[in-house]
Amino acid sequence: MDELAARRSPIHRLHPAAKLLTTIAYILITLSFDKYDLSGIVPMVLWPVLMFQISGVEVRTCFYKLRIVLPLVMAVGLFNPFFDRDILFHIGSLGVSGGVVSMITLMLKGVFCLMASFLLMATTKIDSLCAALRKLHVPAILVSLLQLTYRYVGVMTEELAVMTEAYHLRAPGQKGIHISAWGSFLGQLLLRSMDRAQELYSSMLLRGYHDHFHYADIDRFSIKDALYMAGCILFFLVLRYADIAQLVGGLFVR
Amino acid sequence: MHMADALLAPAVAATMYVASASAAGVSIHQLKKDDEPSKLPVMAVTSALVFAGQMINYTIPGTGSSGHMCGGMMLSALLGPYAGFLSMIVILTIQCLFFADGGLMALGANCWNMAFYGCFVGYFLIWRPIMNSKWFGEGKSAERARIIASSIIGCIVTLQLGAFSVVLETSLSGITELPFGAFVALMQPIHLAIGLVEGLITSAVLVFVHDSRPELLQGVELSEGGEAKRSLKSVVAILAAVAIVVGGGLSLLASSNPDGLEWALFGNADKGYSTNMGLDEENFGVDSTAAEKAESIQEKTSFLPDYAFPGSDSSAGTTVSGIVGSAIVAGVAIIICLIGGFFRRRKLKTE
Repeated sequence: MDELAARRSPIHRLHPAAKLLTTIAYILITLSFDKYDLSGIVPMVLWPVLMFQISGVEVRTCFYKLRIVLPLVMAVGLFNPFFDRDILFHIGSLGVSGGVVSMITLMLKGVFCLMASFLLMATTKIDSLCAALRKLHVPAILVSLLQLTYRYVGVMTEELAVMTEAYHLRAPGQKGIHISAWGSFLGQLLLRSMDRAQELYSSMLLRGYHDHFHYADIDRFSIKDALYMAGCILFFLVLRYADIAQLVGGLFVR
Repeated sequence: MHMADALLAPAVAATMYVASASAAGVSIHQLKKDDEPSKLPVMAVTSALVFAGQMINYTIPGTGSSGHMCGGMMLSALLGPYAGFLSMIVILTIQCLFFADGGLMALGANCWNMAFYGCFVGYFLIWRPIMNSKWFGEGKSAERARIIASSIIGCIVTLQLGAFSVVLETSLSGITELPFGAFVALMQPIHLAIGLVEGLITSAVLVFVHDSRPELLQGVELSEGGEAKRSLKSVVAILAAVAIVVGGGLSLLASSNPDGLEWALFGNADKGYSTNMGLDEENFGVDSTAAEKAESIQEKTSFLPDYAFPGSDSSAGTTVSGIVGSAIVAGVAIIICLIGGFFRRRKLKTE
């Protein structure tokens, strides 16, 4: 993810606040579609796909992430076809019920929103995102905490991976952590981490930390960023209120 | 329990954002009042640890399956409710941004469901009262038993509240056709089991911390005295047994009353589409003359005449153009991808 965010492209160069706000607008508008408005929601795919291409990030990289987000959406959506059986329309002789339509719409919403937030993170470094959050007046303590935690997630994950491997080497043929070690396994690391946090704080103080972090000045919010934001939001609104799929389809089907 | 964006309507998402943001505001205010700047790195490292700890599999004895932990109770016991809440927010934000676990818009709801209950309800209504009580008598081993009891009860109660909120938020958003009662009957027992396992893991870790560095725990009065140790395993075993009995009883109670589901399956099936949707029957009716005309015109002019609509009407006609249009849009999206890929490859070659 960090590697993707460190690339260069017109999208990467945009102001992080502009990207963040545009992403939020996109998700909000996507969510506002009616649950039966399948043809209305399909054109919403155009924006993320276009942005993925401009930023040089491949679309398929984000689909790997879907395995986490889709199960709950599926679990909720899967019941729709069973409860909402009224036929909305027919394709050939096959009746399509409202439940099927609302299920597909729900899943598309899930996928689109994921694509949008993935796009944001793939084109924005965490530091610039934090700086943007500060510019948007998110409390300093929350932003600092986010940045510090993100930095330490890598360290802790690595440490736990080493510990897990060591544990498994000593307990061959065991699937997870045995109940006798539940407390000490994470507890040991917890105690060490508390000490580490104290050292970390000392080192922060030695480097002149006082009250909050300072961020390298991100570029100013330029006309270009404003235009990008306005253009995108206008595009979303057009997609929301003009049924593009219907119009395009109408050219071919009467 | 992480909710995706798709499960929420914008209005519900916004409401939950406001609720969570208010709780976060109170927390930040309290932390500022405490004025402990050294708490920031402690919070960061602990939340990173909890984050990483969520990936560990804990084998549940006798079942062959494994459990994970979520961390709200543990963080509030170690850091206090306010710092714990902020740490949970950060954990959920990182999960949402980098691991696609939960959505950006659903973050407010997720913070409420998982952090608010775990930290505030768990701490003020369960952890602190139990830790300050005289349950299990006096001394260190009694204190240990209290830790175990409050973590298990806390995790179960807060997860139940969280699961119920998920149901409430999804139902209010009008996302699922699953009736409220059935949805509740599905979610609560599952989270009862999850809460129990999480409670056991949390209590194991907290007891370990209590044994080695009791000053790290919040709301625990340090008691001096080297009385005989009560076996940790025996306390865990007794409490687990109690919890299982209580939990089993509760889930039986929950599932022996599945009338919501039955009602949904047998009572709700004949409810008309039009009343659900608020459409007027006339425009949607199959017998209208407009529909017949449309059918005859359609048969003559459409370039896709093979679409045999039983009782075709105008609204079905627009649906087809919607489908065709959607397919074309999808095609355009794929073409955009292909063009992008082409240019990328060319750029790589020239480099």
